[in-house]
Amino acid sequence: MTIFRRCILQSLLGVLLVVQLMAAESDWSATVSEARGQTVYWNAWAGDDRINRYLDWAAGEVKRQYGVEVRHVKLSDTAEAVTRVLAEKAAGKTTQGSVDLIWINGENFAAMKRERLLFGPFLDHLPNYRWVDTNTLPTLTDFTIPVEGLEAPWDIARFVFIYDKARLSTPPRSPAALLAWAKANPGRFTYPQPPDFLGTTFLKQLLLDLTSDRKALYAPASEPDYRKISAPLWKFLDELHPALWRRARAFPANGPATIRLLADNEIDIALAFGSEVASSAVLTGQLPNTVRCFGFEGGTIGNASFLAIPFNARAKAGAQVLINFLLSPEAQLQKQDPRQLGGQTVLSIEALPPAVRKAFEQLPRGPASVPPSELGTPLEEPHPYWMDRLEKEWLQRYGVRP
Amino acid sequence: MRGHRSETALAWFSPLAVTLLLGPVLAGILGTLLPAFGYFPALGGTTFNGNAWRQLMELPGLATSVRLSLVTGIGTTAASMAIAIGFCAAWQGTRTFRFAERLLSPLLAVPHVAFAFGFAFLIAPSGWLLRLFSPWATGLMRPPDWLTVQDPGGISLILGLIGKEVPFLMVMILASLGQADAGRSRTIALTLGYGPITGWLKTILPRVYPQVRLPVLAVLAYSISVVDVAIILGPTTPAPLAVRLVRLFNDPELALRFVASAGACLQCAVVFLGILIWFGLERVITTWGTHWVTAGTRGQGDFPSRAVAAATFFLAALAVAVGLTSMALWAFAASWRFPDLWPHPWTLANWSQHSAGLADPLAHTISVAVSVTLVALVLAIGILEYEARSGRRTWAGSIPFLYVPLVLPQIAFLFGAQILLVAAGLDGRWGTLAWIHFVFVFPYVFLSLADPYRAWDDRYRRTAYCLGASPRVVFFRIKLPMLLRPVATSAAVGFAISVDQYLPGILIGGGRYPTLTTEAVTLSSGGDYRVIGLFTLVQMSLPMLAYTTAALLPAWLFRHRSGMKTSQ
Repeated sequence: MTIFRRCILQSLLGVLLVVQLMAAESDWSATVSEARGQTVYWNAWAGDDRINRYLDWAAGEVKRQYGVEVRHVKLSDTAEAVTRVLAEKAAGKTTQGSVDLIWINGENFAAMKRERLLFGPFLDHLPNYRWVDTNTLPTLTDFTIPVEGLEAPWDIARFVFIYDKARLSTPPRSPAALLAWAKANPGRFTYPQPPDFLGTTFLKQLLLDLTSDRKALYAPASEPDYRKISAPLWKFLDELHPALWRRARAFPANGPATIRLLADNEIDIALAFGSEVASSAVLTGQLPNTVRCFGFEGGTIGNASFLAIPFNARAKAGAQVLINFLLSPEAQLQKQDPRQLGGQTVLSIEALPPAVRKAFEQLPRGPASVPPSELGTPLEEPHPYWMDRLEKEWLQRYGVRP
Repeated sequence: MRGHRSETALAWFSPLAVTLLLGPVLAGILGTLLPAFGYFPALGGTTFNGNAWRQLMELPGLATSVRLSLVTGIGTTAASMAIAIGFCAAWQGTRTFRFAERLLSPLLAVPHVAFAFGFAFLIAPSGWLLRLFSPWATGLMRPPDWLTVQDPGGISLILGLIGKEVPFLMVMILASLGQADAGRSRTIALTLGYGPITGWLKTILPRVYPQVRLPVLAVLAYSISVVDVAIILGPTTPAPLAVRLVRLFNDPELALRFVASAGACLQCAVVFLGILIWFGLERVITTWGTHWVTAGTRGQGDFPSRAVAAATFFLAALAVAVGLTSMALWAFAASWRFPDLWPHPWTLANWSQHSAGLADPLAHTISVAVSVTLVALVLAIGILEYEARSGRRTWAGSIPFLYVPLVLPQIAFLFGAQILLVAAGLDGRWGTLAWIHFVFVFPYVFLSLADPYRAWDDRYRRTAYCLGASPRVVFFRIKLPMLLRPVATSAAVGFAISVDQYLPGILIGGGRYPTLTTEAVTLSSGGDYRVIGLFTLVQMSLPMLAYTTAALLPAWLFRHRSGMKTSQ
């Protein structure tokens, strides 16, 4: 009897599940048909040529497969798109907004979530979300802020240093070694000027290495605690700055700018998110093929970047279709290919169908990449409080000369 | 009767132009002022207060930023003026001068951003200038650690702006030389034994300066509040005020918009302070100059100074030419690393990779520039023609009005305009972007057309009337063809101004209508000179094409009219 009941219960549950799946399926096909003919304005940072070309490729595919037109709105700072959505909210434009999709993470996501500028949750609606690795990759939180279905993980990146092994035989693999090396080679190192995100990441990376209380960085801190925890960072920078490029009186604008300085032999170590940045510079001839990446021995920051839809987007269905395509094994494989973009996938490769898994495993490594083991364990991004606070203090200490 | 009717229609042109031009300016100022004093309902600001100002004053390094803006503005204007005046004084009426005159149009046509990139690459320690001498003369295998581009004092920014402002001021001075009766004054001064420079400064400058005073103030206001060039060449520790304001407006910390609005008001105040300082300088120079002029010193030994005057002017022109050439080369470079003098290897890959990305910005740039120029031209001609027929001056044709958008800092009203346009559902539209471009294009079109138009000999009209022609026929068959040269030139000027715009595309275009200028500055954040070179090459070719057309079209149309060849 009990067995019989359990059987009935189970089959009922099974039917329910199937019904649910079918409902989800038909929901999704409704979204797909709604999306046809829509134009998605995809707001994405455009400082990197390869990213722009990958976006073009994805736009072409989505147009071909789903009849969705995609336009890349090129940003020099993601905050521009946040501001645009805000301006629209300010003007009472709650539908028909001009931004349909933003490539986003960190403080921008935190701000949009706080101001309720985001559409969603929509993640469970996307059929391809099931391939996403939510266990081993930082895809459920964004700089410690819960994602809660409001943005879809898209890319995983590791903070790396780039050097030319023909010029620099043993790269400094800890803050102390970096300081010693910089002092011995004055003018040969610099970092992007905060609040550029890579420059701030460098500060966070140093603090993670220099502090004795890493855990404190994953929550906001009181002012006295902040002072105590951040003190070693400022002491370090006070010592480092006189040995920097231009004696720290000027800084490059961002990561790609450090790559250009490396190419022109103005500095010996550049910074980037993702070793694929270096590989691509080698493939296009911007950097010589003796260029490699390295990280600190204690591990470097790794984070995910996401795709979010503003609350007032005009083409919400089209945006979801585009996101779903970008999460497909096909698009993620293309993205991880070092000849295309080289960004690490957010998918769980073990869970993929065998053929796709094989394709992922057979991807060549980029010419400048190093095995992940050499980069140490990825460190999670600290809470946005730290980013904001470090940026402000950096500006006060080093960003304004009398 | 007929003439009267068309006159009534023409009478509407002036109010139309005034509305089109002042509407966004006034609305924008309101949209900036309200948040500056705390009123911005969408962000919870429903009461008026001074919090934004307090926060603004607490901004680290604000005083330094303000000082930088002032120093940049006054330094650029004073130096550009000195070079332009010095060259005119030293060389007017010579073959060297006529040669320089021919350089002005192409120099004017160069977009600010394109030159800024070229200049940055020229003077960087790993740049072209040092590569020329490395390693064979300097022994450098790697670039020295010198702070040239983006120096904290703003010197590279000032130098970069001078390269563009000298040609502009030269053109303005040239235009006023005729009215100053410069040729004969110079001859008389020379026969009285004055040195050429001294004579020019004593007899011609006092009559020329009042006429170029407003353009000089426009240069001053522009260089105090410039954003795009300052992003490329200006210091960052801290940046000039205008650049910091754009960042504040774009900060994800949304409450900073109040502070940014207060900052935009401060920017206005800084421009006015700059103008006051300039007036003070004028006063000092006038007082001192009056003594100098009446003292009667002949300054016969000023011949050596002529070499200096020529050297500075041609150096500025050379910097523009070489900087642009380097950008053109980058567009065909696969790799071009220090200390290579030339790209190695060359490639066409940049073009094939970016041809798709170029199409949209190119189409937007051209469509906006052409339509705005046409509208501005029609309005300007209509207003001038109304003035000619009615004998009345109009408001739109008055100089102070035309200089409003040129002297007021762009950010002071574009941020506010953005909010209001969004509220009206007009943001991110092609027409709105074109409208904002019109605000900056119309004054230049009008100003460059007004003098030749007003100088047209009205006896042609009377003769034609006597021969039975209608006003319409006179206008289309006689006046317009005769004025084709200045009309074509002012069209080229308007086109170039439109191509040059940066902030309207960023703030009003809503990202929907990227232009070559906005795209170039955006891509510059990647620091890849190959892409920058390609965009700037395309960007600068547009106004060049416009100026060339303006020069060649009348010549070709009038190839059988020898009487038209010498006009203008």
